[in-house]
Amino acid sequence: MASRLRTVETTSAACVQGLSRKFGARTVLDDLDLEIAPGEFIAMIGRSGTGKSTLLRALAGLDSGITGTLTVPGETAVAFQEPRLVPWKRVADNLTLGLRTPDAKAVAAGALAEVGLTERAGAWPLTLSGGEAQRASLARALVRQPSLLLLDEPFSALDALTRISMHRLVLSLWERHRPAVLLVTHDVDEALALADRVLVLNEGRIAHSAAVTVPRPRDRNHPELTALRQRLLTELGVPAEEPSAPVEGDRS
Amino acid sequence: MSASVHDASAAAARPAVAAGATPPTRRAEGRSRRDGWLRIVSPIALVLLWQLLSATGVLPPSKLVSPTTVVHEGWTLITTNNPSYGTLQYSLAVSAERWGIGFSIGTVAAIILAVATGLSRIAEYVVDPIVQVLRSIPLLGILPLFIVWFGIGELPKILIVLLGALFPMYVNTYAEIRGIDPKLGEAARTLGLSWWGRIRHIVLPGGLPGALSGIRLGSFASLLALVVAEQFNTNAGLGFMITQAESFLQNSIIVLVLVVYAILGLLANGIVRLIERKALAWRRDFAR
Repeated sequence: MASRLRTVETTSAACVQGLSRKFGARTVLDDLDLEIAPGEFIAMIGRSGTGKSTLLRALAGLDSGITGTLTVPGETAVAFQEPRLVPWKRVADNLTLGLRTPDAKAVAAGALAEVGLTERAGAWPLTLSGGEAQRASLARALVRQPSLLLLDEPFSALDALTRISMHRLVLSLWERHRPAVLLVTHDVDEALALADRVLVLNEGRIAHSAAVTVPRPRDRNHPELTALRQRLLTELGVPAEEPSAPVEGDRS
Repeated sequence: MSASVHDASAAAARPAVAAGATPPTRRAEGRSRRDGWLRIVSPIALVLLWQLLSATGVLPPSKLVSPTTVVHEGWTLITTNNPSYGTLQYSLAVSAERWGIGFSIGTVAAIILAVATGLSRIAEYVVDPIVQVLRSIPLLGILPLFIVWFGIGELPKILIVLLGALFPMYVNTYAEIRGIDPKLGEAARTLGLSWWGRIRHIVLPGGLPGALSGIRLGSFASLLALVVAEQFNTNAGLGFMITQAESFLQNSIIVLVLVVYAILGLLANGIVRLIERKALAWRRDFAR
């Protein structure tokens, strides 16, 4: 069965060996290996049902049905597709929920300032806009000072403009705090704008891995990115005629 | 199976305002406060009409005494110790003690049961069917059995009040806890909350709206149970006063006790509304 070690390793931020997950007769993750270096930004793309979210849930410690070896740091934080703020706790109290540092309030105030939500600290989550709620969710992950940050399609429900500003925010936060990041997304352009390495997940295995060396901030028309986009879309099974279209209909 | 007896007036009391709109919320709040005052106009008019009908002799005192007689009777019973009834405040204190003990124990037991069945499938399969079966038995029909089992002392009366509070409280809290988004529990786990931390920060506050509806319904149900329980084998309390008055054919005392019951019911309702306004502030701005 699953052997799980929650220890911090010096060589990698997270290490997955021979990870499998079956739902009934269906194999969602099939003997998957993955190593995430400290401070590395990884984006994982794939069609729906390829096991992206299953892998992320396994890394988050939310799945008890996995087999294989999983080494993740104690400080792992997650931001989900829906912000999942606790509606009966004010924004600042959502940040400090489960936080065990003595100066939790000051830490939360600092994180809210970083995501530009200082004046919403006392607001009820249900009064926030979609972008504000997602920024609060990011801040809540951030105050835990994670060495591994798991992002499960956190921007897919936001409008295009908000998404662009969220990309900038995530990059600036990542550059300042340097956690290892695993971003699950269905948007090839998002992956190319943010990540050091883009992984394509197919049939429960990593089918393709592409390093992105273009310095940030990235121009989406950079020739290297255009070539990579083409390659990734081919890997995802999208015909070459529509080179810049994101993979639609993927909400796994 | 999980019949949710939600109090419709609880939903109606919450002003429906679009999310994030602060000024309209304040306006709606002002309107509901003004409505609160408007709502007492018709009951006052009814009392005035009652007084008018009594004064003109349309309502004979043998059927229904006038409001002034009720007030006078109440004042006399507060200031003098009547040999057949005692004082009104003593009866009130005796009833309040029975109600307070039964209601508190019933409420706490209901919350513990609701948390257990709301969280655990096993507890749900074991406890919920039993509670649902017991709930469908008319409480007042159980009273004679309780008297056979527990005698004529305080215990059967307190037990009846306890059950009256427990059932609505349990059903509403259980339904509300079952309705909590499991994704919140997952998020809480990734935030490092312990089992007790998840109960304290997610389950209990998440079940609170249902619990408050339950308290509102339970306070009425337990008061009703108390009234009937006190009419058997008692020598003190509000229900005892009614029984005494009935045997002495003292119409005015019966009406007086009914008025006291009405005031108690209104008080309980008002207190729950106040708690709701404070404790459920997080969803007041939220259009439902």
